[in-house]
Amino acid sequence: MTCAESEVLLHALLDGELDAGHAREVETHLETCPRCARQLVAYRELQQAMPAAQLRFTAPMSIRTDHNQRVLGDVVSAHVRSLQGEHLTDVQTSDQHTVKPWFNGKVDVAPPVVDLTAQGFRLIGGRLDYLDGKAVASIVYRRRMHVINLFIAQAAPSEPQGRKIDKIQGFNIRRWNAQGLEFWAVSDIDAAELQEFVEKFDAAFHPASGA
Amino acid sequence: MLDQPQRQGLTLAWKAGDDMRASNGSGDPNDKARRFRDAALPHLDDVYTLARYLLRNGADAEDAVQECYLRGLRHFDTYRGPAMKPWLFAILRNVCRSEFMRRSGVALAIDGQAEEDEDAVPLWQEAPVSPEAEMLRQWDAKTIRRLVEDLPDPFREMIVLREINDLSYSEIADVVSVPIGTVMSRLARARSMLRKAWIAEEGPST
Repeated sequence: MTCAESEVLLHALLDGELDAGHAREVETHLETCPRCARQLVAYRELQQAMPAAQLRFTAPMSIRTDHNQRVLGDVVSAHVRSLQGEHLTDVQTSDQHTVKPWFNGKVDVAPPVVDLTAQGFRLIGGRLDYLDGKAVASIVYRRRMHVINLFIAQAAPSEPQGRKIDKIQGFNIRRWNAQGLEFWAVSDIDAAELQEFVEKFDAAFHPASGA
Repeated sequence: MLDQPQRQGLTLAWKAGDDMRASNGSGDPNDKARRFRDAALPHLDDVYTLARYLLRNGADAEDAVQECYLRGLRHFDTYRGPAMKPWLFAILRNVCRSEFMRRSGVALAIDGQAEEDEDAVPLWQEAPVSPEAEMLRQWDAKTIRRLVEDLPDPFREMIVLREINDLSYSEIADVVSVPIGTVMSRLARARSMLRKAWIAEEGPST
């Protein structure tokens, strides 16, 4: 083996990329060539001097939060779809005891369905929808002429829970977590009314803490 | 309010949503998106790292990663393995080459024949000091990154793929679309350049 060949192949030896036969050839050369042997030592030293952890970058939060933004985009998209055509509800009733069991076997959670008609938000039904790749329950409410979709899914434990209202394409979205569930309320009603809806829902959902 | 990168990310996410609905005919698009995320998101830091080194700029790298993941989702139907990371890397290189370099008017020389220019330079130069005294200095992370960033494109890429990501030669050959022999000679050249720069960083020895 020539030094020119060895100079390249010793890197493959260093990286464990040579089969036994070629490795033996390079090693034989290194035993008789101090110049090439020094290179192996030097490049091994170089490799050890730059651990991968020191070279690596961490993706900024703005890329990671893009995932959350995508979910919010999904929420608005699902809301808009529900308003188009004839598919606002799969089960149309103001009876919460009819809506809740309808979701049995369709989603992996038992969504809380509360009638908020007395509080100014009329329950009109439920619908099966998809967010972020998961089947989710949507509970549909009406406030005057405005529709509110309340999407309910199993909460991912690591997801940060936002307390603020996001506004996307003119729609307000309020997202929160409670009792292992994740909620998104979306509507074209203004932010204050949506916040009121969330508070009324929370109070009805947890009667003890609602007072 | 969304800041600018978030707004861009959102726009891209919306585009992805359109694509997903368009491909509604073949399988559940939501299931596809979920499977893609499960497979691809764990490699986010590695993909971003490669983008950072290729583009030498955080904002461009961020955009490139966004675009890479969107293309990945779009083409996930055609993904047949074997490994997710090299697949994403290959997409990222295409993004970096086609989108960003065209936009900025600066050629990304990752496909260039850089070897030819470098062939005249010997791979190995004996250090002026005796081999026993020769110990590489330990640089901090910032300096090491800069030394790698300063390598010419095709060689910088070799260091990132091999030393940071521990890709096998055949995986590197697939990502870069060159024969394994080229991977070997390029990697040897890359380490040679990096070692020279590493030593030069110390300045004249006292």
